[in-house]
Amino acid sequence: MSEPEGRGGAWTEERRSRDEERRRTERAQKASGKHGVAQPAAQLPAVQHLVVRYAKRGKMRFASHRDVARVFERGVRRAGLPIAYSAGFTPHPRISYSGGAQTGVASEAEYLSLALTSRQAASQVRELLNETLPDGIDVIDVTEDTEGRSAALEASQWRVVLPGVEPVAAERAVAGFLALDEAPVERLTDKGVRRLDARAAVVTLDVAEPAEADGGPRAAVAGVQGCAILRMVVLHMAPAVRPDDVLTALREQHGLVPSSPPITTRLAQGSLALLAGTSVL
Amino acid sequence: MPVESVYPALEPLLPRVRKPIQYVGGEVGSVTKDWDAADVRWALCYPDAYEVGLPNQGVQILYEVLNERDGVLAERTYTVWPDLEALMREHGVPQFTVDAHRPVSAFDVLGVSFATEMAYTNLLTVLDLAGIPLFSSERSVAHPLVIAGGHAAFNPEPIADFLDAVVLGDGEQAVLAITDLIRDWKRAGQPGGRDGLLLRLATVAYVPRFYDVSYHPDGRISNVTPNRQGVSSSVSKHTVMDLDAWPYPRRPIVPVAETVHERYSVEIFRGCTRGCRFCQAGMITRPVRERSITTVGSMVAGGLAASGFDEVGLLSLSSADHSEINEIAVDLADCYQGTNVGLSLPSTRVDAFNVTLANELSRNGRRSGLTFAPEGGSERMRKVINKMVTEEDLLRTVTTAYASGWRQVKLYFMCGLPTETDADVLAIAQLARRVIAAGREATGRRDIRCTVSIGAFVPKPHTPFQWAAQCAPEVVDARLRALGGALRADRAYGKSIGFRYHDGQPGLIEGLLSRGDRRVGGVILAAWREGARFDGWSEHFSFERWMRCAESTLATEPVDVAWYTTRERDYSEVFPWDHLDAGLDRDWLWQDWQDSIAPEGAAEVEDCRWTPCYECGVCSAMGTEIQVGPTGERLDGRRLLPVVGGRT
Repeated sequence: MSEPEGRGGAWTEERRSRDEERRRTERAQKASGKHGVAQPAAQLPAVQHLVVRYAKRGKMRFASHRDVARVFERGVRRAGLPIAYSAGFTPHPRISYSGGAQTGVASEAEYLSLALTSRQAASQVRELLNETLPDGIDVIDVTEDTEGRSAALEASQWRVVLPGVEPVAAERAVAGFLALDEAPVERLTDKGVRRLDARAAVVTLDVAEPAEADGGPRAAVAGVQGCAILRMVVLHMAPAVRPDDVLTALREQHGLVPSSPPITTRLAQGSLALLAGTSVL
Repeated sequence: MPVESVYPALEPLLPRVRKPIQYVGGEVGSVTKDWDAADVRWALCYPDAYEVGLPNQGVQILYEVLNERDGVLAERTYTVWPDLEALMREHGVPQFTVDAHRPVSAFDVLGVSFATEMAYTNLLTVLDLAGIPLFSSERSVAHPLVIAGGHAAFNPEPIADFLDAVVLGDGEQAVLAITDLIRDWKRAGQPGGRDGLLLRLATVAYVPRFYDVSYHPDGRISNVTPNRQGVSSSVSKHTVMDLDAWPYPRRPIVPVAETVHERYSVEIFRGCTRGCRFCQAGMITRPVRERSITTVGSMVAGGLAASGFDEVGLLSLSSADHSEINEIAVDLADCYQGTNVGLSLPSTRVDAFNVTLANELSRNGRRSGLTFAPEGGSERMRKVINKMVTEEDLLRTVTTAYASGWRQVKLYFMCGLPTETDADVLAIAQLARRVIAAGREATGRRDIRCTVSIGAFVPKPHTPFQWAAQCAPEVVDARLRALGGALRADRAYGKSIGFRYHDGQPGLIEGLLSRGDRRVGGVILAAWREGARFDGWSEHFSFERWMRCAESTLATEPVDVAWYTTRERDYSEVFPWDHLDAGLDRDWLWQDWQDSIAPEGAAEVEDCRWTPCYECGVCSAMGTEIQVGPTGERLDGRRLLPVVGGRT
């Protein structure tokens, strides 16, 4: 049977997917020997991948990875983005996350990737998301995913505000830490106690100048005198070493104890070359 | 007067507690209004953990209804887990709202919604952390009014001393009426002080302190009488008569944290007249009032757009009973075909048509499990509770389910129902085996499963079983053990049948709190002082603590836990809730109770939606009427599902 020419690709694709769906239904019915058994819906293919850089700020720093995932899954639907879904009986929006900052840690540089079923302007996606996401989960930038972004996320730059710690004391502890060959620490995880070398992952670590400290969003902690601010570049390695592992080493091995929980912010993620050479603080 | 946020004091505590996200608010759909621009301010409390409280429909509805009004502000507060409670006490951080982190003590009203009696101790935690005196009598004009609502508030007597007022029934209009009363009282310069305000409130709500309770020497109540001029001798429930005029929640609150229900829920009707004799919800929410198919359709569309949820729950006490459920299911399934939005009917009667509906709603979803509630194991037992479901109905229903691709069927039962014997409970094992046999025959597969889920029955106020003796926990536990043994004994079926149960002990305390009177308040206070928190959570509940506190507190009274729970009442006994009017005629309830336990076998009562009125008393007492369709409207398409099975 001949098809009229020039009907356009969309039509062909739609008809093909309908045929495919019918064939799949028939196959499944034969397999189960029954009619009327539910079949998973066919999903549209992804035609565009966008990388989203977003921040986790203010109260939203207390969101966990799974909380953030919930926020984005619902956010893309509210924004009306043509998000692609996984196949199968329980389709999930195709959003992939690269190692998010832990619960309680703020970030200016989290990344995720969206798979879309029709092409969208990156700037418009950013605006639509920011209109609907809760305050504190803020999209900073949206770009086309051309180079496989997560491969380039080798390290993170962090800022840690230590309430009640004099900068001089922080300097002393940091110098002690950097002089070590290794700094073994233990962290309690769901799977038990994990032993890590906090020193191995630290590329740079220093104490920020007071002038720089004033500009930070969390530099002033209510009612706390003297806030030392650390900044560090930490390699992404397995098992992961986090800033709080470094703080554990500073506390246990160098007596650096803040008066209330430290406030940690990821400032940047990227290639080691980029982070080691620049300061975003 | 500016009210400071407590967040700066709370924030340093949050890294030290589990799931801190539940305490920070900021959800899509939440509202933060200008404090000084509001003249009446409500703190709405669901006295359980955020993960349970956030999805609560009652709180979400009232939150939206109140915040839509100019000059009215409503924020939410939940019970904090013991880890944060300890830190808040240590650091002097008061109970706060999650919206703007304002101290609860600064609000005009603390409105508390009780879905269950097991949350009573959590009320005391909230009051205490808020710095509000626990006893109503110790509060001044400076303190918020503490007002309770929700199903458990239909017998608020055990917590009467801790409450200033209680709203019976639907809250939508009642909260606005209360708001007006408070505003007028404030504008008039607070005439009469707190008492003056409570006297005004007594026109729309129950104010426990305006009633005195006297007792017979044997411990029974002799009477409950108003102690103020102008206070009515009984208080009636509120009934919203046009659900289409109250299409809430419109903008549901979308949690960042994980919660027990992750969906947009629409109540498709309120009330139920199936007449199950154990069911308090079905008795106190009469009559049935349907929301029209077009309102349901527009709420679903609007709620999904506003929330981004991917699941819709069609709520009611018996969803398949909506006069246009067929049209609703087909049209919604058509509207959302291909959108990855899931639709579900959480409440399930044993009815083959329910399977047809579930099939339609799950066109493209996984057919993993369906839940039905036969409630009683034997035919005789189901007659006693007026469940009107035969074994044939059940087998036809589950066969339809298995044949349509559902792999797992969950069956809910109760243990300890009036007149129940060991044999009635063991009959559940027989039934489960027949369910599996029928399923294997219908599908030719052996991987189908059936889970028996069973808990202890607790007699509730305002039901025909309010006179019944609660079954002792030892008896409940022995029957559950025997049932578990019988289910496991048969090797041909054992692996296909799952068994889940709740022990009898928490049920006994729930029974004490459900049918208790003001003397039980002392027990609640003692248990709370000794550390009772989150009693609905098995890991926090301590039966020994409750029994110890009950024994010491009630030592000077002629009553004890058994007197409140396992004792059958007679016709003449005055109940603690007799002055609280749900509209049900006491003699009708008594006759229904007598019908259920008649030695010659229980008499059944039909549903008044499709048989003549049997005069339960609600419509005549409350001036209400049944509101059901069909409206003849459609959302989309003209298809309908074939009606199969014995739909009544």
